[in-house]
Amino acid sequence: MEKHYTDSKVKGVSTGTTILAAIFDGGVVIGSDSRASMGGEYVSSKTINKVIQVHDRIFCCMAGSLADAQAVIKSAKSHLSFHSVQMESPPLVIAAASVLKELCYKNKDELQAGFLTAGWDSKKGAQVYVVSLGGMLISQQVTIGGSGSTYIYGYIDAKYKPNMTREECLQFATNALALAMGRDNVSGGVAHLVVITGKGVEHVVVPGDKLPRFHDE
Amino acid sequence: MSSIGTGYDLSASTFSPDGRVFQVEYAMKAVENSSTAIGIRCKDGIVFGVEKLVLSKLYEEGSNKRIFNIDRHVGMAVAGLLADARSLAEVAREEASNFRSNYGHDIPLKHLSDRVAMYVHAYTLYSAVRPFGCSFILGSYDKDDGAQLYMVDPSGISYGYWGCAIGKAKQAAKTEIEKLQFNCLFVFSFTRIYIVHDEVKDKAFELELSWVGDVTNGRHELVPKDVKEEAEKYAKVRLYETECSEFYNSCETAGPPASMLGVRSVLQVVCGKRCCRCSTWTCFLFQDSLEEEDDSDEDNM
Repeated sequence: MEKHYTDSKVKGVSTGTTILAAIFDGGVVIGSDSRASMGGEYVSSKTINKVIQVHDRIFCCMAGSLADAQAVIKSAKSHLSFHSVQMESPPLVIAAASVLKELCYKNKDELQAGFLTAGWDSKKGAQVYVVSLGGMLISQQVTIGGSGSTYIYGYIDAKYKPNMTREECLQFATNALALAMGRDNVSGGVAHLVVITGKGVEHVVVPGDKLPRFHDE
Repeated sequence: MSSIGTGYDLSASTFSPDGRVFQVEYAMKAVENSSTAIGIRCKDGIVFGVEKLVLSKLYEEGSNKRIFNIDRHVGMAVAGLLADARSLAEVAREEASNFRSNYGHDIPLKHLSDRVAMYVHAYTLYSAVRPFGCSFILGSYDKDDGAQLYMVDPSGISYGYWGCAIGKAKQAAKTEIEKLQFNCLFVFSFTRIYIVHDEVKDKAFELELSWVGDVTNGRHELVPKDVKEEAEKYAKVRLYETECSEFYNSCETAGPPASMLGVRSVLQVVCGKRCCRCSTWTCFLFQDSLEEEDDSDEDNM
């Protein structure tokens, strides 16, 4: 999973971050926190959106260096849009993930960016793919990433069930993000969630004061 | 369409006054000199058949293939200048492989055929090169998109087809193919090649058959020897049976065709089991003399 890289390796704005994606019955939820920090001390933005739309039903979460991730996503988005016009059909989620993977792998010496790709296509339904820093691509049912993810592995393992309902999955994702943001100093702000199904896409934003509170808060 | 170019036909980069590119038309004539290849799109698969004229008894059987595997799920049957066709098969293979490498999934056939057609078209634009002298038929089967069939000709156009034929007997083949109902069984596709070949009245030939579909789990393969033999036997019978075609016409009015059963349909029909077309019991007896077909025996199998 995403390694918690030390700040000395990264210059400039980075995303100490928490990102996650989880499949439920009929769709997928992808979400992230909204904090961008510099050097682990200064919060350079409280409300950035780390969930980026790369096509109608395909979204990505960025991890690693924000600049690298943005550059890769911009290139992938344009590539996918052309691909989709050529194919005369929406791109498959695996195609989007593979495009990101090729960019990450071929330029692994220069880049430090990883992604979670989640989406829905008519062939395989809801899917989640992880593209790691070096360009590995795997498919998973639920996945987390970013520096804040280390604090919620236990929660994910214990609480994720396949074939949840949409509401259960949203609650699960919100809880996971809240727990991570509560312990990781470089994750915080609001929880951005996107629910993707065959019928459409829905954005859910949970502001800081509406996040679930746990026993010691 | 045998007009002489007279000066406008020396290079592919020249139009004639009536708007034709003669080099491309001459390339299509090269295809018409070659023996026939047909492709048929059935409900759950594709069948390719190529009539390979045996020019010499010294040729090894099964060599000089004219059907190529482009990807696991895609096959290509060619007609025309074989050397050109082989290099295009390599181009198609690279396209399919690069697509899989970039996008992580099998290439959709329409896209593959567009890409190869664009490549073929590029060779019709310049005087430094000559157009490819071959046409080919691409076919694939996918669980979600079903069976697909595309044909590319030397001008670089690609069309989707239910059934198509290229090569010297293509008109006769097309006539036969048009008689098919396209939700039909695989078995009837095999018979068409025999029918067309006899009409051409050529010498000995080798039949190369391949298929891709549900019956092969989506992989493009040469038809196994035993199925091919059964189909050939059946095809020979069909050629001599007029009563049989009337029988099948009556089957068609009896009700909707049953769903396709692929290879089992060939064996079942030949072994006298249930006729898949119309759910009546029939029995076919094959004898060398082909005189005593009993096609309407109600058998109690």
